[in-house]
Amino acid sequence: MNFLATLKVALAALRVNKLRSMLTMLGIIIGVGAVITMVAVGAGAQARVEDQIRSLGSNLIIILSGNFTSGGVRMGSGSQLTISEDDAYSLAREIPSIHVAAPTLRGNGQVVFGNTNWATQISGITPDYLEARQWEVVAGRPIDPTHVDSAAKVVLLGQTVARSLFGDADPVGETVRIRRVPHTVIGVLDRKGQSMIGQDQDDVALIPITTARKRVLGGTNVKTRNVQNITVRVRDGADIAATEQEMRDLLRQRHKLQSSQEDDFFIRNLSEVLAAQEASSRILALLLAAIASVSLIVGGIGIMNIMLVSVTERTREIGLRMAVGARGRDILTQFLVEAVTLALIGGLIGIALGAIASFAVGHFAGWRTEMSAAAVLLAVGFSGAIGVFFGFYPARTASRLVPIDALRHE
Amino acid sequence: MRGPDSTPLISVRDLVKVYPLGETEVRALAGVSVDIAEGEFVAVMGPSGSGKSTFMNLIGCLDTPTSGSYRFAGEDVAYLPRDALAGIRNHRIGFVFQQFNLLPRTSALENVELPLLYAGVPAAARHAAARAKLAQVGLASREHHSPAQLSGGQQQRVAIARALVNDPKLILADEPTGALDSGTSLEVMALLQELNRSGITVIVVTHEQDIAAFASRLLTFRDGKLIGDLPNAPKDAAALAAAQRHQAEPAAA
Repeated sequence: MNFLATLKVALAALRVNKLRSMLTMLGIIIGVGAVITMVAVGAGAQARVEDQIRSLGSNLIIILSGNFTSGGVRMGSGSQLTISEDDAYSLAREIPSIHVAAPTLRGNGQVVFGNTNWATQISGITPDYLEARQWEVVAGRPIDPTHVDSAAKVVLLGQTVARSLFGDADPVGETVRIRRVPHTVIGVLDRKGQSMIGQDQDDVALIPITTARKRVLGGTNVKTRNVQNITVRVRDGADIAATEQEMRDLLRQRHKLQSSQEDDFFIRNLSEVLAAQEASSRILALLLAAIASVSLIVGGIGIMNIMLVSVTERTREIGLRMAVGARGRDILTQFLVEAVTLALIGGLIGIALGAIASFAVGHFAGWRTEMSAAAVLLAVGFSGAIGVFFGFYPARTASRLVPIDALRHE
Repeated sequence: MRGPDSTPLISVRDLVKVYPLGETEVRALAGVSVDIAEGEFVAVMGPSGSGKSTFMNLIGCLDTPTSGSYRFAGEDVAYLPRDALAGIRNHRIGFVFQQFNLLPRTSALENVELPLLYAGVPAAARHAAARAKLAQVGLASREHHSPAQLSGGQQQRVAIARALVNDPKLILADEPTGALDSGTSLEVMALLQELNRSGITVIVVTHEQDIAAFASRLLTFRDGKLIGDLPNAPKDAAALAAAQRHQAEPAAA
């Protein structure tokens, strides 16, 4: 008996009991639909995280001032600055895969305009910093090299600071006092929102690094050219890990560290934090798919149940088929094909349903969903496998019937 | 028909079949030996429990004996594996049952094709052979009717066409008229006699004397043993059927 004939016999048997076939398929339909939808929602969430990574800059590396060890006493990190402006310039000059390396000198201080004031973070920067952070100036103009060279008293305000001091008024051209030193506001920075750890990135005032050192932040840092951190942007497509290693080697060499000494700086890679987030969203997607596949298995058990009923009901038919020459494997194939056909048709309807549901979730809940071809193929394969797995036992039961017993069955 | 040199179509020796029944055993067949030659029309008689159905199942390769031998056309088939028996049933034996055993919601044509499906015959050849057999039993116009749309006599004729479709040597009919009225019974027996005249060996299991009267040989079973083996001058079922139609419609005469 060839396969096409078997398929025809199976389809005919399923047509005879349309309602029952539909109800049997329902389990698989819901299961596959749920898997497709959940995978689409999970993939959507993952894609959103990936977008976030791209916007925050996965090729951003931050070098922080590290431990300073003096006569066996290890000071806490940042207690004394161990990296310098010159480290930054050297990095940018000597490592080709680095796009920009921007040193930042930071401190806190009060910014005063008229009778209002606001405590914020003051960062002394070079023009490269805006490039490294991909930070646009939305009003006015950015800090340029001449400002740095002349230690000009100019300031770029973050959105939060601008709003706190000026409300809706335009701050450009106004004079604010930063730690009592008057500065001209030359621009307002674009909104950055919260950082990964929930800090308001817009609560900042940027001034030229030379101005910060000589006139505003002062202190011991004036004598040295040390800074708290260096923001490095790696060229697109460059190997982040390799670049990190080159940076480490170069800094150790510049700081004259022996191989036995530990680094006196930290290198932080933003993509590590984001990778952890991505991993957690992937786990969520897997979890959703796992829960959904439980309903697939329940659907499979439904198929087995109905196939067993069907074998009992059609015992006489099986006996007759055997009497006119059907071998055990003909009967086995017939019932197996019936079960697989049920499962596959259910799977196809489930995919359609899942596609509609994913679209609905995307449309009405506003979640991003992404249907993948892999999930569809997996669902088809899985429902077929369920048909074989749960159809085998009933089919084997049928194929092992004794012809005369089956014929006499009432 | 039965010459001393020709191999009998069916040859059984000391055939025994024992069924386990709970703690005890039932000896359904207790040592039966008989030869049936090609072309015979045999009626197997006996009350229920006499072993005639068990005999029929063994002859039809639907079951295997507990002991004894069975040669079909010279070939030892008593203890063949299931699939080999299925092959013999498929190619060499046609079955006719009391309850017709047609597949419901399936056309007459497809019912007749069923054995060819399992013989692996391609679709076009299947249709042609099934059509020819349906025409032979006088149902050419009913090809696409389902069993529910056919009368009992027509259903049994579809079943006979199905039995014929593989051109078997032997037709086994188990109470073929048990579910039919007497007029239709005569027509079915006339069909079986006609097939017998064309050279097919026919064995009919029945408990009705009227039906056995159409056979040329009567085998009688009792308590699992063959107790009678007599030749018989068969009545002509076709003539009787014609006479009955005459009676029913005297105006037409």
